[in-house]
Amino acid sequence: MTHFRPWNLLEKEYVGFATLPNQVHRKSVKKGFDFTLLVAGESGLGKSTLVNSLFLTDLHKDRKLLNAEERISQTVEITKHTVDIEEKGVKLKLTIVDTPGFGDAVNNTECWRTIEGYIDHQFEQYFRDESGLNRKNIQDNRVHCCLYFIPPFGHGLRPVDIEFMKALQEKVNVVPLISKADCLTPGEIKKLKERLREEIDKYGIKIYQFPDCDSDEDEEFKQKDKELKESTPFAVIGSNAVVEVKGQRVRGRLYPWGIVEVENQAHCDFVKLRTMLIRTHMNDLKEVTCDVHYENFRAQCIQTMTSKVNAENRVESPIPLFPMPTPDADTEKLIKMKDEELRRMQQMLQKMQQQMHEQDL
Amino acid sequence: MSDIVPPEVRPKPVVPAKPPHVGAPSPSNPFPPQGLGAGTGGSGPPPPSAIPVMIGSHGVSHAPSHTSSHVGANHGVGNSVGGHGGVGALPQGAGPQGSTDGGTLLGYIGIDTIIEQMRKKTMKTGFDFNIMVVGHSGLGKSTLLNTLFKSQVSRRSAGWARDEKIPKTVEIKAVSHFIEEGGVKMKLTVVDTPGFGDQINNDNCWEPIGKYINEQYEKFLKEEVNITRKKRIPDTRVHCCLYFISPTGHSLRQLDLEFMKHLSHSVNIIPIIAKADTMTIEERLDFKQRVRKELEMGGVEYYPQKEFDEDMEDKSDNDKIREAMPLAVVGSDKEYQVNGKRVLGRKTAWGVVEVENPNHCEFAQLRDFLIRSHLQDLKEVTHNIHYETYRAKRLHGNGGLHPVAANDTQESNL
Repeated sequence: MTHFRPWNLLEKEYVGFATLPNQVHRKSVKKGFDFTLLVAGESGLGKSTLVNSLFLTDLHKDRKLLNAEERISQTVEITKHTVDIEEKGVKLKLTIVDTPGFGDAVNNTECWRTIEGYIDHQFEQYFRDESGLNRKNIQDNRVHCCLYFIPPFGHGLRPVDIEFMKALQEKVNVVPLISKADCLTPGEIKKLKERLREEIDKYGIKIYQFPDCDSDEDEEFKQKDKELKESTPFAVIGSNAVVEVKGQRVRGRLYPWGIVEVENQAHCDFVKLRTMLIRTHMNDLKEVTCDVHYENFRAQCIQTMTSKVNAENRVESPIPLFPMPTPDADTEKLIKMKDEELRRMQQMLQKMQQQMHEQDL
Repeated sequence: MSDIVPPEVRPKPVVPAKPPHVGAPSPSNPFPPQGLGAGTGGSGPPPPSAIPVMIGSHGVSHAPSHTSSHVGANHGVGNSVGGHGGVGALPQGAGPQGSTDGGTLLGYIGIDTIIEQMRKKTMKTGFDFNIMVVGHSGLGKSTLLNTLFKSQVSRRSAGWARDEKIPKTVEIKAVSHFIEEGGVKMKLTVVDTPGFGDQINNDNCWEPIGKYINEQYEKFLKEEVNITRKKRIPDTRVHCCLYFISPTGHSLRQLDLEFMKHLSHSVNIIPIIAKADTMTIEERLDFKQRVRKELEMGGVEYYPQKEFDEDMEDKSDNDKIREAMPLAVVGSDKEYQVNGKRVLGRKTAWGVVEVENPNHCEFAQLRDFLIRSHLQDLKEVTHNIHYETYRAKRLHGNGGLHPVAANDTQESNL
């Protein structure tokens, strides 16, 4: 950091806060990042395999697959796996949320409620933590991205797909994927993608939109970005196995008629997905979650709370002998704010008491 | 489901020989053609003494004795019909002698030409075959049918748009085609079931299908019990139901199991794994094993049913088939050039999936099994067993079935 020497006019006037990003970078690298990914879709679409391929892990080694009889009474569950990955000194705490049982029953009405509930719960928890007393080490479990797996066998979106995405579009970044894309020919993939894009428009489903890149980026980057946007929804293939192709060992699937390479751009969009998810847009996904989805949730929450509090207040007040003048908008707001403050302070008090109690023990 | 055992008295109609030039055994035919025993003079089939029945006209109340349906002529070999000239092991219509006693015939009578006579008749009248396909939309049902019968037989080609919306309830759409090969005419009816399993709530979506199947039995029953009957009752009963299993690689879905449990006693169900080019060979074997186990645990008897195997020959053939089921198939109606040959297949960036290559998928096996060796058996089992079950239930006073609406146009004995 250079010193500020205003007297020396021959030197460039350099304050030095240009090093701020470096400082931030160092701090955050030390702290590490976290990312929560939700995978949803019927069983057998290759969700676990894809996650393993994306993050080069083996998260579900000892998984036991249930058979049809056992699954009859199963409801949609939520399972979480957390993994700490490190690369070049940067630590990532990755949480994968899986939803076994989704869409597998004969009657799948509202099978997404459990998932919706989970996402809301994470928001709620964060909201409470944020308004709490000790905000230093808040655990951020909010879901940053939801990968939704669409089977390649259909002719477009099915009713359950439409309902799921509509229910979750305001709560999480939904990224639809075409799974098991190795059963489709290139022509079929193109048709299916077009069809899906059409239907997503038609039903007004708000999936995650890639932000436009800045105008000062170089041409190559812009070109890549454009390609990325035009090939959504991504058609992906995952693999847990390594095969040998032309002397190289790659992740792939071995068929009698050929070998499918997961990381070959001509075979599937896996590389594009990985680039988007991890290398270019991970931070954007987190930001959108914080700035848009969480804020929506928070606003809704506060609204419902204040209306409840108002209702309670009105019930408690005694019947006036003469009609009270209705307070105007400003005082209403003031009252609301004060109520909120009161409540927060009460919560803080409670927490302090609890902590003191714990210390005493 | 039915407490009433189908009466044992019902005979199986004698099966006429297949015309010699149709369906020479394909190299991929895993089921070795059964020698009739003709010419070997050894222990031949038990003496048939039934009056031959025309295929397609299932006349009831016939000769009481039992014939082996697998007289062997159906198994893909161009059997030389008539004129064996030898004495040994000829189907003897004469008295109740033992089967091996060929030596008592003095000279050649010519009884074996009955096969030729039946063949001629069959070629003139032709026969019906009704096949139903059930499965989620997009599993390749129409494409597979087109590939099986090498012509555009699916409802798609009959003018219905492919991309029409998913219907809200399961619909039943039947399309008929006439196919001719080697002088033999077949009226093939394909029954499609769009909307099956596509909704969010699929409870009881097999009911419309079950109802349709029973309606066809009902129609046939009404014709049968008429006082003045038609010479050849039109047969719209579903002879075979191909059930398409989604290739998840894990196990059967609940809906699959429920469907097969409910309908395996009214119709012959053949489960197949659709779009098998999604799975590698090991995954396929694993999946098949798991599916077979689940079907066993669920008490589902798919075709060929174990209980209807008549003799050791049948049993060993059918065992081989049962071991390989459900067959993993890929369908395609496009041709590509591979190694100088034109083959039906699917072309991807990493290779061409050949439909008729037994190393790639089991389509050829399905075709041989379905059409070249067990076509007639499917019809027989439908007529002799499923239909009889239905009939017995109805005649015992509507045991749980829909009541018959009074029909003015027919005099019925019911």
